[in-house]
Amino acid sequence: MKPAILAWALISGALFGFGLSLSTMIRPEVVLSFLRFNDIGLLLVLGGAVVVTLIVYQLAPRLLAKPLFGSAWGKHPSEMNARTLGGAAIFGIGWGLSGVCPGPAIAGLGAGNWPLLVAVLAIFAGAWAQGRFFAPKALTVVETTAQPGRSETDPFDNISTQALTPAEYPEEEAH
Amino acid sequence: MQQFFPNGFGHYLAGGLIIGAAVGLLFVMTGLIGGMSTVFSSTWSFFSKQPFFQQECLTGSRCWRLAYAAGLVLGGLAWMGWSASAPWQTGVTWWQLAAGGFLVGFGARMSNGCTSGHGICGLASLQLPSLLAVLTFLATAIATAQLFVWFGGAS
Repeated sequence: MKPAILAWALISGALFGFGLSLSTMIRPEVVLSFLRFNDIGLLLVLGGAVVVTLIVYQLAPRLLAKPLFGSAWGKHPSEMNARTLGGAAIFGIGWGLSGVCPGPAIAGLGAGNWPLLVAVLAIFAGAWAQGRFFAPKALTVVETTAQPGRSETDPFDNISTQALTPAEYPEEEAH
Repeated sequence: MQQFFPNGFGHYLAGGLIIGAAVGLLFVMTGLIGGMSTVFSSTWSFFSKQPFFQQECLTGSRCWRLAYAAGLVLGGLAWMGWSASAPWQTGVTWWQLAAGGFLVGFGARMSNGCTSGHGICGLASLQLPSLLAVLTFLATAIATAQLFVWFGGAS
């Protein structure tokens, strides 16, 4: 992978972490307070972030042939199926129980919110359990991942995690 | 106003705009979509031989995703230096963080997106499934958080 890609990922991540910290979303108490309608400020965090990102996502591919340091514009690969909605429902239960979600959990560590380390490790564990025991059927055996067309019929066979195919990012194949 | 924003609203709006700028910057510079939950799967590809974790989209993105996550930590650190605020630790119980975190990791990866993946990147890509995912997790999160209080939970 090109060093420039890694550098920009680091820089963007730092800006992201700063914004999360400034918005106080790295405090689970603030998230829980939002979910209990005591302080709806998080709507402004989401709204502000979406508006800026929407403008960039819609304008950049029209104004530039390709990213300044990359080779192709990525797409968010969301699929309308049971996994997307069922997973979201499970995610919400965890979010409502703990007040923690992936970005703020990581950024909070940098801001000295050490107990979030428990949450980060638990998120890793949850992601492992999902990939190990509840992966889409097409991914439980290596050979079947290359079969085209399977994902059309069974909603649980959708492999939707692919933001960028290797063909679009050939330099990423080396790792 | 005071009723809905007892802690003011400036820092919420500024934080949100900065987060949007961060995701936008990543896109303009690299073309990458900056959701955060995938790093919790892609990092396993370093350790697990399971076919799921050896997908090209995870092994091919694990490096920049780790750099992105490292950036988050640095951003939190930079904010602490900038705001000169003392370190602050959450009072949410460890079992809530552990159980909630597990469900968050499991659900986000099954759904293929979290608050940033569906909430920011998906909505900004005008993806209907992401909008439905956001409404779904908001509903279950609100229900869980409120029920927790009704059943006597402390925080």
